[in-house]
Amino acid sequence: MTEIICAGFGGQGILTAGMLMIHAGMEQGHNVTFYPSYGSEMRGGTANCNVKISEKLIASPLCKEADIVLGMTSPAVDKFEARLKPGGMLFVNASIVDADRSYRDDITVVKVPVTEISIEAGNPKGANIVMLGALASKSDLFDAAHLKEVIVKFFEDQGKGKHNATNIVCFDRGVEGK
Amino acid sequence: MAKVLMKGNDALAEAALAAGCRFYSGYPITPQTEILEYLSWRMDEVGGEFIQAESELAGINMVHGAAAAGARAFTTSSGPGFSLKQEGISYLAAADLPAVVVDVMRIGTGLGDISLGQGDYWQLTRGGGHGDYRTLVLAPASVQESVDLMIASFDLAEKYLHPVLIASDAAIGQMIEAVEIPEAVEHDIDQFEWSIKGCKAGTEPRKVQNIYYHHPDYEGFLTNKYAEMEANEQRYEAFEVEDAEIVLVAYGISSRICREVVDVGRAQGVKIGLIRPITLWPFPIKAFELAKSAKAFLTIEMSILGQMVDDVRLAIGDACPVDHYGSIFEIPETDGVLQAAIAFLNKVKGEV
Amino acid sequence: MKIKAPDTVTFTKSGFCPGCGHGLAVRLIAEVMEEMGLSDKLLTVVDVACGSLNIESWKFDTVLAAHGRPLPVAVGIQKVRKDNPVVAYIGDGAAYSIGMAETMHCALRNDNILTIVINNSLYGMTGGQCAPTSLPGQVTTSTPHGKDPKKAGMPFKVEDAFGGFESIAYLARGSMTDAANMNKSKKMLRKAFDKHMAGQGFCLVELLSPCPTNLGLPPLANIDWIADEMMKYFPLGEFRGGA
Repeated sequence: MTEIICAGFGGQGILTAGMLMIHAGMEQGHNVTFYPSYGSEMRGGTANCNVKISEKLIASPLCKEADIVLGMTSPAVDKFEARLKPGGMLFVNASIVDADRSYRDDITVVKVPVTEISIEAGNPKGANIVMLGALASKSDLFDAAHLKEVIVKFFEDQGKGKHNATNIVCFDRGVEGK
Repeated sequence: MAKVLMKGNDALAEAALAAGCRFYSGYPITPQTEILEYLSWRMDEVGGEFIQAESELAGINMVHGAAAAGARAFTTSSGPGFSLKQEGISYLAAADLPAVVVDVMRIGTGLGDISLGQGDYWQLTRGGGHGDYRTLVLAPASVQESVDLMIASFDLAEKYLHPVLIASDAAIGQMIEAVEIPEAVEHDIDQFEWSIKGCKAGTEPRKVQNIYYHHPDYEGFLTNKYAEMEANEQRYEAFEVEDAEIVLVAYGISSRICREVVDVGRAQGVKIGLIRPITLWPFPIKAFELAKSAKAFLTIEMSILGQMVDDVRLAIGDACPVDHYGSIFEIPETDGVLQAAIAFLNKVKGEV
Repeated sequence: MKIKAPDTVTFTKSGFCPGCGHGLAVRLIAEVMEEMGLSDKLLTVVDVACGSLNIESWKFDTVLAAHGRPLPVAVGIQKVRKDNPVVAYIGDGAAYSIGMAETMHCALRNDNILTIVINNSLYGMTGGQCAPTSLPGQVTTSTPHGKDPKKAGMPFKVEDAFGGFESIAYLARGSMTDAANMNKSKKMLRKAFDKHMAGQGFCLVELLSPCPTNLGLPPLANIDWIADEMMKYFPLGEFRGGA
């Protein structure tokens, strides 16, 4: 069972990143759940979702202790760093989060300037895709090539395939981590 | 059909269409609003009727009309809105009309709050409106089961000519899981003799009204109707119950946690099992016959007072102690439930 | 002039009081349906109040709805059976008090249903209490000293509330007090059914109707009271779709 919290501001593709992860998980034959940020948290511009991917049945869709946190903003990193298990992975949007920030010493921190990369790639809305590239590269949760296929198909199915060229650039840059 | 990823509320709406339902009227209230929003566009695609009603009262009464005309019809709500549906549910029950009402439960009394809860059990199972009736109540514990029970609900409603309620909750409604929607069936609105369609000269007009007014033996008729539902429609799942000393009883979102509690507890050598009612009414008393070694029953509900615990006590009588472990605002946690179960069992054993 | 009532009117089980107007309305509806060849098509919804007795007074398929809810029930029926005429038959308490939101929103959506409101200035079934249509000073069982408009408001006039809804198909008020007015009311119903069958949308015909029992008047005096007192507040005429 892998528990993932994806968090940031509304408009950063937080929920889409979660949806892409469960699509990939489902295609790998796993049980998956996705739970959106819900309730008063929906107001005020923050967004997060809870994703679980498991070979066993999934009990609660909510993540109590996360294996992985994707933090797209400083408030998101501040809020969810504490929810990581010891040994968990924190992916940080280094374009926004202060470079001098200190972190727990029992977790792995991966810093990627996802906002800058997405702008350079010509797809400012693709920061979430950059983050998924980094996730695929640094964790063994997904095979990078498979996740990329899932992303391309997901947007094609939604009639948004025209952004896929730059999505692929975003994803590949995320895999590189810079 | 291949599996797709769908939100519980959306999947439930799509399942109603697969069951041949072509009439929906509802009113926005969190956390059921996605059903209304989904059907606002999807009903058009399948040539059905969608109405955003001016109130929950209007919504349920539009369903009453559509059902009387022979259609498969449903409405949905939550919490305060579900209270407003009760007038209409009572009238549906009185008139022997098949229709489906979904309650995506939220927390609390009065306005409560939009977050998770299972506090509508009494209202769902005791006939939440005025009078002398009950309804079939189906409680899904996953997105797939939301689909399966939504489809079953129309068949049951027509089998008994009675309203059927779905007891979903905010977690089941809001979460996304992989799901398979069965092939769609068509519903013929002219298949029932009793439905209104126009009275041919020389024939008796159809009167869709309170059964008390015209049935020659309404007392016997209704007694038998409820007895038949109780005898035939109990649905449940039982996990590791036969040798269990402590048996958890939980439905909906809470039952998913309890399933995990059983796995964790068994791994620690605790003789623990789970009864998961799928029908909240009729309450699956047959499941309790399986629990031959039980020394105690513990219900796990997202409610402060404990509501289903009443039905467990009725089901087992004085056979052994029954208690309730509640959590509100948060889904009960595996560790907390297991500790409570072990503590309760130890207490009971100490008393024996 | 036709004397025999249409076959869709029963005479066996009427529970109406002597001098009541409901039976007159039943006759008018049945005659219009016969003339239009729709007797075997009409679907009706009645309220739980006195109008519910129509379920035994006419031979039309009928649904009994909760108090104030016949309009949404009629909407549900009409959406399923689009080729049938659908009538919601209700009193002034259902239409303008407990079911006001339903009446208002059916008009706002211009739902294609035909609503007939029997206005007798009070709640009949429960024994003659004050209604939104009761006149200033009217003595009822809940205004024993006469209705005080300062406390209970002036009589509700549907044309003031809905007359400005430009999309609705028909809005009219008739009276069932004498032969001439019966004929006029029947023409209103015919016009409403024509528009309804043409799918033009919301039609509401209000009919001023006697309730001798609860007004404590002999039937003929009740007729005079409607003409002399009620019509001061409830003018007859067509307010929408008359041309």
